[in-house]
Amino acid sequence: MATETKGLWKIIGASSVGTLIEWYDFYIFGSLATIISTKFFPAENPTAAFLATLATFAAGFVVRPFGALFFGRLGDLIGRKYTFMVTLLLMGGATFLIGCIPSYESIGFMAPVLVLLLRLLQGLALGGEYGGAATYVAEHAPAHRRGYWTSWIQTTATVGLFISLLVIMGTRLAISKEAFNAWGWRVPFWVSIIMVAVSYVIRKNMDESPLFAKVKAEGNISKNPLKESFGNKQNFKYVLLALFGATMGQGVVWYTGQFYAMSFIEKICLVDKMQSDKLMAIALLLGTPCFLVFGALSDKIGRKKIMLAGMLLAMFAYRPIYEKMYQTVSIKNKTEVVAKHTETLSLLLNAKSGLQDSVFTNSFYYTDKTIKTEIKTIQTIKQQGKLHVLKEETKTAITINTSDTWTLIWMVFLQVIFVTMVYGPIAAFLVEMFPTNIRYTSMSLPYHIGNGVFGGLLPAVATYLASKANDANVLAEKAGANMPFDNPYLEGLWYPIIVSGVCFVIGMVYINGKKKRDGASRASATVRDE
Amino acid sequence: MNKLKRILGIVWLLLAVACAYFGIADFGWPKVAHAKGNDDLVFGIIILFVLMPIIVGGLLKFGWYALQGEYDE
Repeated sequence: MATETKGLWKIIGASSVGTLIEWYDFYIFGSLATIISTKFFPAENPTAAFLATLATFAAGFVVRPFGALFFGRLGDLIGRKYTFMVTLLLMGGATFLIGCIPSYESIGFMAPVLVLLLRLLQGLALGGEYGGAATYVAEHAPAHRRGYWTSWIQTTATVGLFISLLVIMGTRLAISKEAFNAWGWRVPFWVSIIMVAVSYVIRKNMDESPLFAKVKAEGNISKNPLKESFGNKQNFKYVLLALFGATMGQGVVWYTGQFYAMSFIEKICLVDKMQSDKLMAIALLLGTPCFLVFGALSDKIGRKKIMLAGMLLAMFAYRPIYEKMYQTVSIKNKTEVVAKHTETLSLLLNAKSGLQDSVFTNSFYYTDKTIKTEIKTIQTIKQQGKLHVLKEETKTAITINTSDTWTLIWMVFLQVIFVTMVYGPIAAFLVEMFPTNIRYTSMSLPYHIGNGVFGGLLPAVATYLASKANDANVLAEKAGANMPFDNPYLEGLWYPIIVSGVCFVIGMVYINGKKKRDGASRASATVRDE
Repeated sequence: MNKLKRILGIVWLLLAVACAYFGIADFGWPKVAHAKGNDDLVFGIIILFVLMPIIVGGLLKFGWYALQGEYDE
């Protein structure tokens, strides 16, 4: 059932470009979340702020699994090709429209409502896209090279993130800061429609998956994919195994390596945003080829060994890696050049509202060329001849030297390697776990629960654990007692460590790692099709 | 190996109960009851009504299947 290699490149190209665009679309919203919230979700309006939180959380956690169910069912009933064309158009259309919505100032409450609705559509489309693309490629690929060919699809999530960072950085550099804040942030959303149009034309000319076409020709299409996938114990037990023995651990390793690392560098280490984006982009670029290496290796030594090794390495390496990142940037380990210290004050007066911003900028220079900048903004208003302080805000950003930048790049790169180990072979692993007639539905749900729910919640849970540890230390310090946590900033890592630990044990004991090609990962290794 | 798979089934059932307790008492409920803002409230609701049912329900089912020998070779 294998297609010629030349034809396979065409299939891989068409599938991967579409999936990459979907990831790009999904990430630009997250990357531009701060500016989007100022345009559509003003903090002074509690309902709008609530919608902002829903838009951030709900699309990733709640809607993605629903998209997996809805489009998975469709893909098993009418075919892979048409389904993932619908998801592509849905995602592209929603992304483009987010870039067109007038701000809250112009249309009021409709603005945040429309953004939330479009963001939900994005989540729904993403839930349907991945399973379709992975299944489509896997069903074209020869069984002995399935890991390699599907690993191209696996690169798309990381490359999508990389391209989203590049487009945003490029737009920021091309126009002034004021122009970017006024309208430039919409450009990355508009760019999407061109990419989607190109991808749509390419996908339109592709054939249906040969395995699905065969099942359809034989009249073996499932009448009710949802019932057969989750209502039938013989299949449902493998859905659970896929979730708890593979995708749950993969999801947390993926989110730690790519998102928590970024958030840790920016919010805990306080590295300058532009510098942190750049170093993340370099680490992602360096690590991406490893998806293909581990995908290909999984064809030779099996998927299970590589995925579980990735989880095990991540579990033991996370705390040393994050400690190294923290200490590399920490000002406590550096010596200040006191003579170079500068302090400036600028006043911004809004004649119309009477508001005055006093901006104090303090720059501290260190012997290793690190610069720490503290910007304190005090907003005041003059009423009845007296100045009243309305708001006080301090922002700190650290610009690190080249050597420290490379240390951080290598630390993130290591985490990306773990990501490629767990994520590279997983499409082939999931595809081989389920029979053709219910494959799209059965593999999409555990994938999106593992990634969307277990992985997607990681930043929030990890931040909660770290702040809880920090609060406990502050309380202990006030009480004059010993501080319970030596490194509170590392406490958030217990979530990915414990989840991948449990997943490692379940995967190790229950998944059959024997090198059979179809249905190979099932504990009982029953060959169900092909 | 089959014996180990079945014995571990009990561990998954106990883990589900432990997750239910800590997830509700330590994580979800305090976030909802003492929410400091929208983020806390939505986070607590997601923990209680999305994450907990998946972890607890899924692990209970998985543990039960393992105990029954559904994953035996």
